[in-house]
Amino acid sequence: MNRLLNSTPIAVLALLVFIIFIWYGAAIYLNSGVLIDKYERQKTEWSFQLLVSDSWSMGRPVLPAPHQIFEDLKKSLFDQKITSKRSLVYHGGITISSTLVGFLMGSVLGILLAIGIVHLPTLNKSVLPWIIASQTIPILAIAPMIIVVLGAIGLTGLLPKAFISAYLCFFPIVIGMVKGLRSPDPMHLDLMKTYNATQSQIFRKLRWPASTPFLFASFKVSIAISLVGAIVGELPAGARAGLGARLLTGSYYGQTVQIWSALIVASVIAATLVFLMSYMEKIVQKRMGALI
Amino acid sequence: MKDSSQVVEASKVDLVFQTADGPVHALSGIDLDINKGDFISLIGPSGCGKTTLLRLIADLEKPTGGILRVNGMLPEEARLNRDYGYVFQSPALYPWRTVVGNLKLPLEIMGVEKADQDERTREALEMVDLTGFEKKFPWQLSGGMQQRVSIARALTFNPDLLLMDEPFGALDEIVRDQLNEHFHRLWEQTHKTVLFVTHSIPEAAYLSTKIVVMSPRPGKINEIIESTLPEKRTLDIRETQEFLELSQRIRKGLRAGKSYD
Repeated sequence: MNRLLNSTPIAVLALLVFIIFIWYGAAIYLNSGVLIDKYERQKTEWSFQLLVSDSWSMGRPVLPAPHQIFEDLKKSLFDQKITSKRSLVYHGGITISSTLVGFLMGSVLGILLAIGIVHLPTLNKSVLPWIIASQTIPILAIAPMIIVVLGAIGLTGLLPKAFISAYLCFFPIVIGMVKGLRSPDPMHLDLMKTYNATQSQIFRKLRWPASTPFLFASFKVSIAISLVGAIVGELPAGARAGLGARLLTGSYYGQTVQIWSALIVASVIAATLVFLMSYMEKIVQKRMGALI
Repeated sequence: MKDSSQVVEASKVDLVFQTADGPVHALSGIDLDINKGDFISLIGPSGCGKTTLLRLIADLEKPTGGILRVNGMLPEEARLNRDYGYVFQSPALYPWRTVVGNLKLPLEIMGVEKADQDERTREALEMVDLTGFEKKFPWQLSGGMQQRVSIARALTFNPDLLLMDEPFGALDEIVRDQLNEHFHRLWEQTHKTVLFVTHSIPEAAYLSTKIVVMSPRPGKINEIIESTLPEKRTLDIRETQEFLELSQRIRKGLRAGKSYD
């Protein structure tokens, strides 16, 4: 019995059941105000039972019930052509592609910066404070400006969003990789010195392999942040597609169910991306001799 | 250039570390000549500068005074020339490389051809009796085996000088005895010049042609004892009168250096 409870799928499932249970309760609580107002205006007799069933089936609820979101998800994922503007597959695909392009750009930038910082003392002193300062700028505030400025020079669509993702996700990679590239044991470094190894040999044969655990830890954080960046990039007016645009139109028209389905698709994408990263990490670690 | 058989010459070598608590005299007035084919043990209590002296010769530290030559060159030139192999206190194997991968590391760095690499790693593995363990990762080996791999790694590029910093210090006595006997045979065959740091009197007496007794604060050489043992030795020699007398002399040297206070 204990083993059953400790297995991951069971644990996840148990938590899910618990959350859904709370959710239904919260839906009654949050929607009841609007409903009771309505009953009193229309002077209808109402019972608790009616309140419960109504609060779980409103058109524009404050908090939609799980089954409403589930139905909307089913409708917008499977009952549409995937090229349709009503399909969440279409919107999700757009967000994923700018997430991945942004992640790629951010990773390359982050790794290059880390290599520079570890090898050049001047860069170590001059660049790191700027990198940290860059992350204090609230991205929500400058995202519309980035979109507008890049739009003015003719860059629209995927690239501006990918830039925002890259801007957000290079940071954990720089920090993680600076630490990772500096992680080799002093003895391992001394050994290289006794061989009269060049800096590039030390990098390729010691610093880089030693940093892989840090690289994957950073990747896992970054890819999730990259998704947030892509969604934020889709929020400003002008983005007509993507999960961010779905969130925005949903809130314009009070379509809370639509907002929630977009959010759920976004979190499923994030979980999948992080899971894929962990899987890649396992493969790499196995090839590097780790016991898994 | 002096006598070409001089591998290490040190005269009045000093090393002072500047620390937050003021200068620390790590080594003071070290005079030491090592000839080709010598097996020299450095013995003394912790903090007497044995390892530091080894690191000076390896150019991992720089002396603050005196003259130090390795193969007639500055230690830095000797290091750039890859004149020595260094064996650390712990095996210092790269965990992401297999045994063969670790042995090939110096060869890759020195640009040895692929076919030659295979040949040399095979020979080195044979020398330390580890044939058959090529594909294992370090964590799959015992401590003694890991240390043997680390010795083999220093042998792959065939340096004439081996600098060994308590290579068997972390091992239990049984494994240590085994490796001592094995390593003595290896030295007998190759006659490499070895500079060997140790804490153990029997180990120093068994392996060495000369034993350098050091004492701490500041680290200096107290006495250099020539071994009277025959070159061919097995572990049984440790039961002989000669061996016991040699051990006694080492212990006396240590006591004279106030190592037991």
